[in-house]
Amino acid sequence: MKRLAPWLLLALLLAGQAFAATPLPPDSVYQFNVTLTDQDGHARPLAARRGQVQLVSMIYTSCAMVCPMIVDTMKLTRKAVAEPARDKLALLAVSFDPERDNVEALRNYAAARRLDMRHWTLARTEAKDARPLAALFGLQYRQLPDGDFNHSSELILLDADGRIVARTTIIGRVDPAFVQAIDKTLATH
Amino acid sequence: MRAWPSMLMLGALLAGPVAAAEYAPLPGGTFTSVLPADGKAAPAKIAPFHMRTEPVTNAEFLAFVKAHPQWRRDQVAPVFADRRYLTHWAAPDALGDALPQQPVTRVSWFAAQAYCESEHARLPSWYEWEYAAAADATRSDARKDPAWRERVLQWYSRPSSQSLPTIGGAADVHGVRDLNGVVWEWVDDFNALLVGSDSRDQDGADKMKFCGAGAVSMQEKENYATLMRIAMLSALKAVDTTNNMGFRCAKPD
Repeated sequence: MKRLAPWLLLALLLAGQAFAATPLPPDSVYQFNVTLTDQDGHARPLAARRGQVQLVSMIYTSCAMVCPMIVDTMKLTRKAVAEPARDKLALLAVSFDPERDNVEALRNYAAARRLDMRHWTLARTEAKDARPLAALFGLQYRQLPDGDFNHSSELILLDADGRIVARTTIIGRVDPAFVQAIDKTLATH
Repeated sequence: MRAWPSMLMLGALLAGPVAAAEYAPLPGGTFTSVLPADGKAAPAKIAPFHMRTEPVTNAEFLAFVKAHPQWRRDQVAPVFADRRYLTHWAAPDALGDALPQQPVTRVSWFAAQAYCESEHARLPSWYEWEYAAAADATRSDARKDPAWRERVLQWYSRPSSQSLPTIGGAADVHGVRDLNGVVWEWVDDFNALLVGSDSRDQDGADKMKFCGAGAVSMQEKENYATLMRIAMLSALKAVDTTNNMGFRCAKPD
């Protein structure tokens, strides 16, 4: 946490001047200082995502069970949002398996799952940051001896300032109440 | 510029730990946890590590918030700590009736993590904590001894309205103190202990809430003092603070 201030400054620079004047809300997840590295190897503070309404979840790419469904549900949910507001919705999946999910693994996963990288971001953190990030989002995971994980399957909606405004545990189909929350958040954005 | 040296000294005094925290080496190894590693029966494998010999005290945490004001109760962001954070202190930077040598409580998991980082350490994992707490004065695993169980359980029957004891209990075989009988303690993976059961076995609305290949089942059911710890930790969120939840830190070998 002691590195918060310089990163925040950098984040504000990256996020552009529009936000430079507005202080971050105290209940924003962007209060947390963590670097995300995306599928192209670009490293940026989480707070650099400020300004976008986005769906967030945590996965690991070697997961054969529910994770692909989480990703599919994020796709479906985005499609359920009416255009043109849909274009303002970003999708972020962060790995809680930084050991195995390096940049290449993320890039391969994006290709294999045919993710539209105009609005998708796959990201990893440093090993020490995965658990605090999960705690911040209220997500749980536990690594098993065989390398698999037990983990919660949830989608989280962040408003443009990084406040968690809605979440759903419905995976495999669209949650209408959650889509409504997205519509509302995009409308006021 | 002449004022610099004395200011630096003052800064060092304020920022430094009250007394350098002591860490004891623990050998680790194969450990039969109440939470099997694979959810069935596999023992935990614990690498050698160092454990703080005492929980972090009010005095130590006060020095920390003075050096890192973003962790004062009047400055902390609500995404990192709830409203009860450090409210038993007289002021954001003064203990008042809270004793310097009492373990600090009403601290969130995020605050505990940040403190440990300031000691170049981290929170122990659940397995590290459970393994360390299994020791008594002469054995690294005393859990089969009814006397150990009795002593651990006694603490749970103490009314929580009583004020917390101060640190300084007897050292165990590793040189670690007060793991049982003083406070609950945060662990790094507090929120991962009871992560659902196998989604393939489940029906109904919660079917997809959790994904994973191993159902969690409890072992050593007669060791229910330890199971209570897990239940308590699993019920908390990372911003939560409670009257009795403190912490200590650990370091890799």
